[in-house]
Amino acid sequence: MVETLRSWNPQAVAEVIEYRGETTIVVPRELLRAAAERCRSDAKLQFNLLTDATCVDRSPVEPRFELNYHLVSIPRRYRVRLRVRLNGNDAVVDSLFPVWPGANWLEREIFDLFGVRFSGHPDLRRILLPEDWEGHPLRRDYPVEGFRDLPSTGEMFRKSSVL
Amino acid sequence: MTTVETATGATKTMVLNMGPQHPSTHGVLRILLELDGETVVKAVPDLGYLHTGIEKSCEDKTYSQAITLTDRMDYLNPLGNNLVYCLAVEKLLGLEVPKRAQYIRVMMVELQRISSHLVWLGTHAIDLGAMSVFLYCFREREEILKIFELFSGQRMMTSYIRIGGVALQPPAGWRQAVERFLKMMPSRVDEYENLLTENPIWMRRTQGIGYISPEDAIALSMTGPTLRAAGVAYDNRKVFPYSSYDEFQFNVPTRTDSDCYGRYMVRVAEMRESLRIVRQAMEKITDEGPIKTEAPGIIPPQREKMKTEMEALIYHFKIFTEGFSPAPGEAFVAIESPRGELGCFVASDGSPKPLRVHFRSPSYINLQALPKLIEGQLIADVVACIGTIDIVLGEVDR
Repeated sequence: MVETLRSWNPQAVAEVIEYRGETTIVVPRELLRAAAERCRSDAKLQFNLLTDATCVDRSPVEPRFELNYHLVSIPRRYRVRLRVRLNGNDAVVDSLFPVWPGANWLEREIFDLFGVRFSGHPDLRRILLPEDWEGHPLRRDYPVEGFRDLPSTGEMFRKSSVL
Repeated sequence: MTTVETATGATKTMVLNMGPQHPSTHGVLRILLELDGETVVKAVPDLGYLHTGIEKSCEDKTYSQAITLTDRMDYLNPLGNNLVYCLAVEKLLGLEVPKRAQYIRVMMVELQRISSHLVWLGTHAIDLGAMSVFLYCFREREEILKIFELFSGQRMMTSYIRIGGVALQPPAGWRQAVERFLKMMPSRVDEYENLLTENPIWMRRTQGIGYISPEDAIALSMTGPTLRAAGVAYDNRKVFPYSSYDEFQFNVPTRTDSDCYGRYMVRVAEMRESLRIVRQAMEKITDEGPIKTEAPGIIPPQREKMKTEMEALIYHFKIFTEGFSPAPGEAFVAIESPRGELGCFVASDGSPKPLRVHFRSPSYINLQALPKLIEGQLIADVVACIGTIDIVLGEVDR
């Protein structure tokens, strides 16, 4: 699998990670779309299903964003993960919508929750959060309880005019 | 509003807002429909009304605490959500689960699949005007929920599947309860089929409605019964077996018509297959045996040992205060939920709390194909198409 990709373009495979029986191929950002297209169309690979795409924020480590694309080859019964690493100050990557149309909402979700941008995406809008939402909640520097300055329940109770 | 050319000349389209509070959307889903008369020209789903930030909350909990959050994602498949999360964490830790616990898990998630399909069938039928099916389906679902209550003390949010096994030993009398259900259920499935399968109204409302080609379905990342009704036999239980599914005899029902009727037939056939799996699992579960793996520092020790062994007590204290820390790394596990491929991605940075938990929810990704199913169809069929994808909005928005 890795060899097929490497024989197509040696630069496409920056690193191969084997962990717990899963194969992760780290792809340079510039080659992501071409490598994905190769994975889908190569007769030896046939990764026809993009099952999942997600992001990990490793802040404060740079490159902080790790995009993980989980691919399945239904005819060949394989799974593989493609990974792209992105710097926080330049979090842009080619959209995989032209390769798998199913990437549409997956990428919109990553854009919404992490603020990673996908160039060539036909409709890059927020999907889960309201359009006027500030910030990207799944980033590590976004607090779990949010930014909004809400008083705690106890505080509201004490201030309540009923008492 | 745009002008479109039709056979009768140029007409104006109108935009109709369907939802978010619409009974047939099975939750809160809003769809913007551009209509030419009664025909849908364009459909744009708008979601997020039930977004609860479960993935973010998981990052602030220890690995064991996050199990209770997974229940609440898809209320028709809490055990499946527990299972996929636990499998992912177990993979990250490199834990082996005892066979007996694996069979208990299989039996529970297959019962869950039947109950989920029952809710789907009942609500889908009521959307299309068949009232009595709904009542029958919920009657049988209640029997399954009673079995869950027997096992875990809870009807719905069971949190029964835990990291390393299951929470409790099967209770006294569980075999009789499951046996009673297995005896009753096949004839009940026949009853639903008598009501619907050859019902001319049902056939007119579902046959040829919401067609999608297998190529489009794969390209749009669809999985589950919707993909299998298009003729692609992709089922994680067969293709990438987990929890000893490779030891069970069952078929993967497929159809080639790929319309609402085909998906109905696939799901009904799946209920029958699930009954077979439950029967086999019940026979495989021995009366005595472990329900949890032994892993000091990760799996809570047995109550008895805590009272006699110093180490067990220390481990117990450490697990519930600090948690456990898997080695840095990632794991992705996918199972076959009633709606399709339910995946869980867990990343660890070596701390007791996960760096990232992500759920690949089948409802969310299958819903993406909705515009493809309904564009060009009549507005009445929109309801049939939403129902046929079998979405749970809690899982769509997470």
